[in-house]
Amino acid sequence: MSYIYVGSNQMIKKSEKFVLPLPALLVMALIVVFPIGYNLVLSLHSYDLAGAGVLRFIGLENYATVFTTTRFWNSLWVTAVFTLGALGGQTILGTMLALFFSREFKGKSLVKAIFLFPIAATPVAVSLIWAMMWNFDFGIINYVIELFGGHPQMWLASPTQVIPALVITDIWQWTPLIMLIVLASLESLPRQPFESARVDGASSIQILTRITLPLIRPAIIVAAMIRSIDAIKTFDLIYVMTQGGPGFASENLNIFTFNVGFNYFRMGRGATLAVVLFTIVLVFNLVLAIIRDAGQTDMQA
Amino acid sequence: MQSTRDNNQLADSSVSHLAARQEPGQRILSHRAERHVKRGLFYVGVVLLCMVPLFVFFWMISSGLKTQADNIAIPPKIFFEPTFANFAEVIAGRNFFAYGVNSFIVAFGAVAISLFLGLPAAYSIAKYRLRKIGLTLLISRMVPFVSYLIPWFIAFRTLQLIDTYIALITTHLIITLPYVIWVMINFFENVPVSLEESARIDGANFTQSFIYVILPVVRNGVFTASVLAFIFSWNQFLFSLILSGRDTMTVPVAVFQFITYDQINWGGLGAAATLITLPPLVLTLFIQKYIIRGLTTGAVKE
Repeated sequence: MSYIYVGSNQMIKKSEKFVLPLPALLVMALIVVFPIGYNLVLSLHSYDLAGAGVLRFIGLENYATVFTTTRFWNSLWVTAVFTLGALGGQTILGTMLALFFSREFKGKSLVKAIFLFPIAATPVAVSLIWAMMWNFDFGIINYVIELFGGHPQMWLASPTQVIPALVITDIWQWTPLIMLIVLASLESLPRQPFESARVDGASSIQILTRITLPLIRPAIIVAAMIRSIDAIKTFDLIYVMTQGGPGFASENLNIFTFNVGFNYFRMGRGATLAVVLFTIVLVFNLVLAIIRDAGQTDMQA
Repeated sequence: MQSTRDNNQLADSSVSHLAARQEPGQRILSHRAERHVKRGLFYVGVVLLCMVPLFVFFWMISSGLKTQADNIAIPPKIFFEPTFANFAEVIAGRNFFAYGVNSFIVAFGAVAISLFLGLPAAYSIAKYRLRKIGLTLLISRMVPFVSYLIPWFIAFRTLQLIDTYIALITTHLIITLPYVIWVMINFFENVPVSLEESARIDGANFTQSFIYVILPVVRNGVFTASVLAFIFSWNQFLFSLILSGRDTMTVPVAVFQFITYDQINWGGLGAAATLITLPPLVLTLFIQKYIIRGLTTGAVKE
């Protein structure tokens, strides 16, 4: 083994190792890291573009103000209810659909294509159509309710029904994502455990709870993680359908942040809210990652 | 042929007999009928479930083809005389085509730059297992878009670049560049190192071996990443809402204007929604095989 050869080879490799990703990383530093850092700095300042437009250092005052504002706690509550409702519904329905479609049948790839449509569709367009469907006077949803003898509901115009309506809309758009991820996992499962369980005389329910679900659990959690990142930060759907209303009934933390930043032009306080929102997304995902890893060690044991 | 199949079915049903549940003494022949019924019910279920996603698109297209009177008719009309007036109005009257061009320029620019910068980076990260960089990229996805938007808004306002393609492409890159890198790390990790080495021994320099030897191997990945990044940019609303203007307005923002201006024009709204959603839907069909891998990379731990 020639020392010099290995050495020079490593030199080449070492330079290549860092030269190749360098342009991308520099651009990432500019477009991603710079704003995050600037956003953090800004959160310690008062910067009111609608007023004086002067950058003034105020320490943690923005944080103190934010945490004592009822509108903030309201937005946090909306975020929690919306996220848990949507995420829970999507995970359960998505897993059930995946189990239903897991067998081989004619037209399976067509079914998968159909379920890709809501995921790929432009959220703004989908939200507008759903807003039409939820409409009190002309919407098809109230029409169907009346057809079955119920009373038409206010939906998007009602402080209590707006979140359920938004959750249902989000479930419609994103359940397919969970379904397709879990379905992909189901299709890649080994056949052997199922065959031996059947030989041992296990019932379908036993097979489902003891074998199938534990095997697809990691996929379900990964799917939920991906969804949660976006669900907590939901913007398009709510902004297009209600803009946070009626009142602040559907104003989640992201919409609140946006309003503070781009309706009131209080950049400092908006930045503060953005930091809080990011922290929540991060913590929520760490928790899910811990659940996922705990599951994996269970399996190995 | 026929008798073997029958025998198989008989054998099948007797096995399920042994596996318990069925009462002994039940007619074996009825199993075949039962299976047909079960399969029939399954297909009924499949069709009903598929109608849930499809109905919203049906409603979108049909509102686009209805007159205003038909759109607000009670009971809602499933059958109606279609009109293309809404589509004509949206394309000619609202200048929708110009917004489409804006969206295309921004998405195309963002994807092209992402590939140019992202492909070599992803290859190197995969080859040298620079996992920490990969992980850092993942965090960029958790950051709420508003945290990018506030600083960039201030910066572009100072530089007087609001309502320019530069502002839009730059911010869309925040989504597409890390995305392309994530997806491609996953695809490059399956490329054997020997592939590049043998090309280098044959005298190719790195650029040559990368373009002519390595990239063709991962072309499905490049295609998937490009299409998905394009869709993300096409669908992007928040950045464009603030940073675009009269000259650069993209389609989602233009469609959104439909509800904020004049009284709700349902037909125009349906037509516009149909036009904007069509490109992503068609694109998805091309990458159906890889889309799940494309959507989940980054969240799956190596």
